[in-house]
Amino acid sequence: MPELLLELFSEEIPARMQAKAADDLRRMVTDKLVAEGLVYEGAKAFATPRRLALTVHGIPTRQPDLKTERRGPKVGAPDAAVQGFLKATGLKSLDEAKIQRDPKGDFYIGLIEKPGRDAIDVLAEILPVIIRTFPWPKSMRWGARSGKPGSLSWVRPLHAITATFGPETEEPDVVKFEVDGIATGQTTYGHRFMAPGAINVRRFEDYEAKLKAAKVILDPQARKDIIFEDAKELTFAQGFELVEDQVLLDEVSGLVEWPVVMMGSFEAEYLAIPEEVIRATIRNNQKCFVVRDSKTGKLTNKFVLTANIEATDGGKVIVSGNERVIRPRLSDAKFFYETDLKTKLEDRLPKFEQIVFHEKLGTQAARIERIERLAAEIAPLVGADVAKATRAAHLAKADLLTEVVGEFPEVQGLMGKYYALAQGEDASVAAACEEHYKPQGPADRVPTDPVSVAVALADKLDTLVGFWAIDEKPTGSKDPYALRRAALGVIRLIVENGLRLSLMKVAASALAGLSVKPADATRLPSDLLAFFADRLKVQLREQGARHDLVDAVFALGGQDDLLMIVRRVEALGKFLDSDDGKNLLAGTKRASNILSIEEKKDKRSFDGAPDAALYGLAEEKALAKAIGEVKAEASAAVAKEDFAAAMSAMAKLRPPVDAFFDKVRVNDDDAKVRENRLKLLNEIRSATRAVADFSKIQD
Amino acid sequence: MDASLPAHMRPERSFQGFILALQRFWAEQGCVILQPYDMEMGAGTFHPATTLRALGPKPWNAAYVQPSRRPKDGRYGENPNRMQHYYQFQVIMKPSPPNLQELYLKSLAAIGIDSAVHDIRFVEDDWESPTLGAWGLGWECWCDGMEVSQFTYFQQVAGFECAPVAGELTYGLERLAMYVQGVDRVYDLNFNGRDGDQKVTYGDVFLQAEREYSKHNFEVADTAMLFEQFKMAEAACRKYLDAGWKDGKREAHLMALPAYDQCIKASHVFNLLDARGVISVTERQSYILRVRELAKACGEAWIHTEAGGAA
Repeated sequence: MPELLLELFSEEIPARMQAKAADDLRRMVTDKLVAEGLVYEGAKAFATPRRLALTVHGIPTRQPDLKTERRGPKVGAPDAAVQGFLKATGLKSLDEAKIQRDPKGDFYIGLIEKPGRDAIDVLAEILPVIIRTFPWPKSMRWGARSGKPGSLSWVRPLHAITATFGPETEEPDVVKFEVDGIATGQTTYGHRFMAPGAINVRRFEDYEAKLKAAKVILDPQARKDIIFEDAKELTFAQGFELVEDQVLLDEVSGLVEWPVVMMGSFEAEYLAIPEEVIRATIRNNQKCFVVRDSKTGKLTNKFVLTANIEATDGGKVIVSGNERVIRPRLSDAKFFYETDLKTKLEDRLPKFEQIVFHEKLGTQAARIERIERLAAEIAPLVGADVAKATRAAHLAKADLLTEVVGEFPEVQGLMGKYYALAQGEDASVAAACEEHYKPQGPADRVPTDPVSVAVALADKLDTLVGFWAIDEKPTGSKDPYALRRAALGVIRLIVENGLRLSLMKVAASALAGLSVKPADATRLPSDLLAFFADRLKVQLREQGARHDLVDAVFALGGQDDLLMIVRRVEALGKFLDSDDGKNLLAGTKRASNILSIEEKKDKRSFDGAPDAALYGLAEEKALAKAIGEVKAEASAAVAKEDFAAAMSAMAKLRPPVDAFFDKVRVNDDDAKVRENRLKLLNEIRSATRAVADFSKIQD
Repeated sequence: MDASLPAHMRPERSFQGFILALQRFWAEQGCVILQPYDMEMGAGTFHPATTLRALGPKPWNAAYVQPSRRPKDGRYGENPNRMQHYYQFQVIMKPSPPNLQELYLKSLAAIGIDSAVHDIRFVEDDWESPTLGAWGLGWECWCDGMEVSQFTYFQQVAGFECAPVAGELTYGLERLAMYVQGVDRVYDLNFNGRDGDQKVTYGDVFLQAEREYSKHNFEVADTAMLFEQFKMAEAACRKYLDAGWKDGKREAHLMALPAYDQCIKASHVFNLLDARGVISVTERQSYILRVRELAKACGEAWIHTEAGGAA
């Protein structure tokens, strides 16, 4: 079956946009094909800096014919109706229509046949629309045509479109269309410098091969593999090791059509700069990889660059050119680092009085003070030394004002640690300067040093409470202050370190420290708690755990100890996985359902202790007894925070509950007995509340 | 490269030869070769030959050197490549020709950068000038890992859509010349291409100026006067704009260029105040906005002039 080859040849496409663009092109074209009844076998899209390419194979030559029946007027209907029917169906006369009988009478039926069109014609219609509406994150106009409205917008000027269609065995046809003066053809171009000439292509197979001969590797993954393998080999041969960097690899592979990997070096004196700063300098500014000495594990004075050309001099000029650029960059970095070391972190703090953190939340200086106070308060709760936590909170943000962090924001925190160590701070204090930003996301490491934990919690809670106080909560996809991440950080810090903390109390302290007073200060901590519950649910869901149980636990009220909540949820989850758990849940739900129906009927609730004297059946008595025992046992277990034991106690409820529903008719004719039995059902519900609100659990 | 050039005029030997080679190359592409604008400005883009001529439907091809003043970048002559005054070479072609990238690469060849041995790359860099209310898409052009030029397709200038779009190239002349001459310190550039006691270096020409202006920009520039000048330039710009509408109707404008001079002035005065550290973070934004408002108003006036394409 025929295949499509499409190439959009342009000026250099930003590296970061290429992968998504290839994907969008594949999706848009194949979706449209399917919508047009052209079901294809497979499709693949590629991107290089100068081209987006797509191949779709196994496309039928023609759309299937479409047959539809159209019901017309009744036999004997007025002429106007008949004429309308003929016009709509394209029939010449009523002789061409069928007559169909149904209970309402005889009707004319017109059979409309819409013959399928050739796939190449369909393509010629859909492709220009896709090109004109392509979802580039940013696009532009260019050239003489941009003087007129409606000119094409593309990521960078588009120069040529190759579009061919045909079966493997034959010479394919050009899919003929024109976009903004660019007519399709089968001519593309090779590498900008090494093979700039025109290339005539037929279909994907020869297209990819001819491009390769013209020094263009079409497949981004192939370019990545080449860069990665060559870089590893090159460094290994000299006893070094490449510092792998997937993000950089992705970017670099989008900057070249013909990757040529080479190694350069810089003066060893620059190795006195912290490794992360060397890496940031070389990576961000030069898009080069850094290299480790395999024996010592330390960075070495080498770097790996990826050129886009096999230079005629073997690359000597390119390597020395890159070395000449990297040298002053490292020289700058070294200068910044050494300059930074001359000023103590605390001496930078007064400058924060001039820097506004948020218009409504005051200056950075005020924020640092709040974090200090809160860290001191949290410290004893997490086993941290109060003086160290206060000191760490005092210094933790100071590196934001250093030259190195100004230049490379991604080393914030880390530089704080280096500078703190350099000025002789305690190791925990220095570590907290870096670690208080952690965890930055679900995959980031959670600090364990109590000083880091105290400052990290204080930092995040101050942020959360602050933005809650000025009503800047995340909405939908908008979370400009990364509050969801902060809340998740708090959850992970507490749970993964096994910390006992009343969130409400800490939030209230954080709130008291704010100069801004929110309108609904009393509701704020519980609002915030609900936000934590949501984040906890999201986190559990992402871990594949049951998240509905979070609601069942939070619904008990007064739950603000995250660790206990999580433990309870875990125990509950395990319990509900067992047969006892499942049946008890079913029994409890049944009790609740009956109760809510009867409560509605009688317009009253059935609270209060049942009267033992009214129990007529053995099952009633057994259930009442079991409830009493289980309640006591579960509450005692919960008090000892032994949730597994509480669940085992609950399990004992299952047989009497089952037996009760089996043998006892709740709606007894005797109103008193009925009321008493309903009260007993209510007791089941309240007994289970020792561990969770079962009504919130999804089946 | 032109082999007939005497040695001291070769772009890899002399800074002035380097500039002349670029001028000659772009002259041959049909550009008018202008001389620098006679006002202080932060970048060649501020020259009315770019900012204003980029607006309106009329074709325009020009190239020129523009001294660029960045008061904050002064380093008292002590940094090997950072200066408060340097040269940009600016090319503007409207509409952008279809082969602008190729022309650019040829211009590199003309100054001695051979694309067979150098690794030349177009790396995404979107350009935006908040003070000019302008933006465009394009690249920074890399030669062996070094950024040597900016390449931009103007989409909007002074708040107006560019129709047609102009292509703009900006070469950092000192940096490129350093690369071509193989020197690591800008002040070591050979300016006139001569040897021995006839040799004049970039340092001979500009080092003293860098020291003096750094002191001026950071320590001494009269801030009271500058604040006043900013206000005066802003007021004058508004005044000329108001007075320029022919017959008081907003149909034709007769003084876009003099008004725009005051916008350039205000922008430079702001840069000086910024270097003196007397503008706070919040005020900074409002000054930028004030200059942008002037630039926009000048752009509007310009499109009502003859060169701006008004009927």
